[in-house]
Amino acid sequence: MLLIYCPYCEEERSELEFRNAGDAHIVRPANIAEISDEEFEEYFFLRQNPKGLIYERWRHIHGCGRFFNAVRDTVSDRFHVTYKAGEPKPDLDAEPKTNETVETYEALEGVAE
Amino acid sequence: MADQAIATRKAPLAGRRGGSPAAILTPAEPASRISLRAGHDAISALSAALGVTVPLRPKTSASTGKRHALWLGPDEWLVIDEEGADLVAAAASSGALHSAVDVSHRNTAVIVSGPGAEAAINSGCPQDLSLALFPVGACSRTIFGKAEIVLLRTAEDTFRVECWRSFSPFVFGLLSEGAEDAGH
Repeated sequence: MLLIYCPYCEEERSELEFRNAGDAHIVRPANIAEISDEEFEEYFFLRQNPKGLIYERWRHIHGCGRFFNAVRDTVSDRFHVTYKAGEPKPDLDAEPKTNETVETYEALEGVAE
Repeated sequence: MADQAIATRKAPLAGRRGGSPAAILTPAEPASRISLRAGHDAISALSAALGVTVPLRPKTSASTGKRHALWLGPDEWLVIDEEGADLVAAAASSGALHSAVDVSHRNTAVIVSGPGAEAAINSGCPQDLSLALFPVGACSRTIFGKAEIVLLRTAEDTFRVECWRSFSPFVFGLLSEGAEDAGH
């Protein structure tokens, strides 16, 4: 079970209390009525889905109810840092960049030919 | 003359008994409750009007007699009056900007007491309820099985488990199972 640090409750809580809410730091265009369909698609639907660090919104739905942001490694599932909504992206240089992988399909089964 | 309809209050857990010698389950008496939302600038006025200090630190509560104010979030509290006082009117008399929704009948509560109370609740709740991390007076909204609950530790071996009334048979049933296991 993952423990996630809620910046509002100031405590680590079980993942059961949380809900993922998609990518963080997606800026809504100010001129949303004027942009083209392609630009809207880019803003609304297209995401990077990185292998590695991802900035996400999470909600402590069964706790304080707040949205906050988290930096998570999509390979190891490790949460590097969580911070309150509205705060700038944290500087990750202070954080170690590599992690032990937990269990990946490639490690267990080999890379698909 | 037509028969007069008389409304009678139906307590969701009326007549239920359960638990074990390790953890006794008692449906709580009806109480009045409000869901209180307010900014920090309204807190001192609301505290004075409600007669209980609305807490600002996470996971803490404050009590005056039979009235309790529980921190749920940075701008959200659950206020419970076990004597059934009109909390909405009390909050309104503060004159400060706030939102108070009466949830007296939405919620019901189970009192879990005994040496196995922690273990009974932990059968479905992932929080660390040890006294060091969840002392007397600590409170938290959390999850119990599939149901959302609000926990309040009223004594070292006693918890008040607040849940929504529609989930109360589930909560009581799972607590009963946990209480059976807590004795072993």
